[in-house]
Amino acid sequence: MSMLTVIMDAAVNMAPFAKMGAGIGAGIAAIGAGIGIGRIGGSAMESIARQPEALSDIRSNMLVAAALIEGVAFFAIVICLLILFI
Amino acid sequence: MKTFNHHILRALFFLALLFYSSALLAEDSIPGKESGKKKGEESFNAGKMIIEHITDAHEWHIMTIGKTEVTIPLPIILIDNGKIVTFSSSHLGQEGYQYKIETENGPNKNKIVKVLPNGTTDINAKLPLDFSITKNTLSLFFSLILLCVIFISVARKYTRNPNRAPKGLQSVLEVLILFVRDDVIKPSIGKKYERYLPYLLTLFFFIFFSNLLGIIPFFPGGANLTGNIAITLVLAVFTFVITTFSGNKSYWVHLVNAPGVPWWLKLPIPLMPIVEIISVFTKPFILMVRLFANISAGHIIILGFIALIFVFGNINIGAGYGASVISVAFSVFMGLLELLVAFLQAYVFTLLSSLYFGMAGEEHEHHEEKAH
Repeated sequence: MSMLTVIMDAAVNMAPFAKMGAGIGAGIAAIGAGIGIGRIGGSAMESIARQPEALSDIRSNMLVAAALIEGVAFFAIVICLLILFI
Repeated sequence: MKTFNHHILRALFFLALLFYSSALLAEDSIPGKESGKKKGEESFNAGKMIIEHITDAHEWHIMTIGKTEVTIPLPIILIDNGKIVTFSSSHLGQEGYQYKIETENGPNKNKIVKVLPNGTTDINAKLPLDFSITKNTLSLFFSLILLCVIFISVARKYTRNPNRAPKGLQSVLEVLILFVRDDVIKPSIGKKYERYLPYLLTLFFFIFFSNLLGIIPFFPGGANLTGNIAITLVLAVFTFVITTFSGNKSYWVHLVNAPGVPWWLKLPIPLMPIVEIISVFTKPFILMVRLFANISAGHIIILGFIALIFVFGNINIGAGYGASVISVAFSVFMGLLELLVAFLQAYVFTLLSSLYFGMAGEEHEHHEEKAH
């Protein structure tokens, strides 16, 4: 009988699961951003090694691409924050 | 030189270790035990402190000296049933005043409500419209005054002596302005770039200066202006409106009937037009979210490191001092990263806005896609 009420309580009150979901979502967003920006950084390093004169051009393009990817990751973070606080 | 830095690091490490170890040796290191605290004092709540520093407020809190809080009370301007009511925000905390901030859980929580003569508040009454000068509004005014003073003085120097070499403030700003004009705006927009130049330059410098002011921890900086989603919403709406008004015929035709896309994506169910129309709205939306999230996240991280000092200090004062060594080091690093982010976010916002303007007004040569 007590187990039934515990299961019923868990089925109705999903708030702890929502918070856990928000945490996992933020973690996955961080992984995505890390992989994406890591690849950009890696290819930027390789191209600088191939042609050192193009350093400043490559650096500015790398920063722009990194900022754009970070924007998408922050979008996911904002959704997770909305789950946690609203 | 290398060994010199090595010794500094080792000294810092052992200093932090010494302070932390005092937590193990001291007797009053049991968490929860209020050692040395006076009665009635609340323990430190890190989440509340961080939220208070990030969000808008009706007064500008400068510091707390002992028991007194040094704040600047800002004016509250309400429109209640057509009448304009102004008073200082220091009245909001008083008992029995005509308006108060609703504390009960309900639809009106944390908003200004009118107090009826018998002391209660009416939940169903219409809320007064809030046009107050809040902390973010005052910071916005300060950014505007800073922008106007700097740029009007520099522009005057250029109009009076157009052929003289730049000196002082002029030389700093000339580098930035020419960088934004020649490397960001001109390549993106093309021939008609001069029409958009005032808006884009103002956008860049407003975001840059507001971001920088947000990093300065004392008055008049320190208000989280560009981390307020209402401000970034307005900037994104401006970009959206200018993009829509500068769209020429080929822009609208491409939205509905993009050339080169197979017909079955457009005709029974217009998938391509739906995707294009959604992208018209998501592009300014993500401009807004990107700037808001980047700046707010940077502030939250720095505030989190500072809060760590107080959390450790509540357990044991020695641990607090030890934590302060590490926290200050990380805060300095995050502050440098914040400087980079301040410039980068202004640059990315301006770059993407100018790209959208360029794409909206672009003249395409129509080439027929012939099937192979």
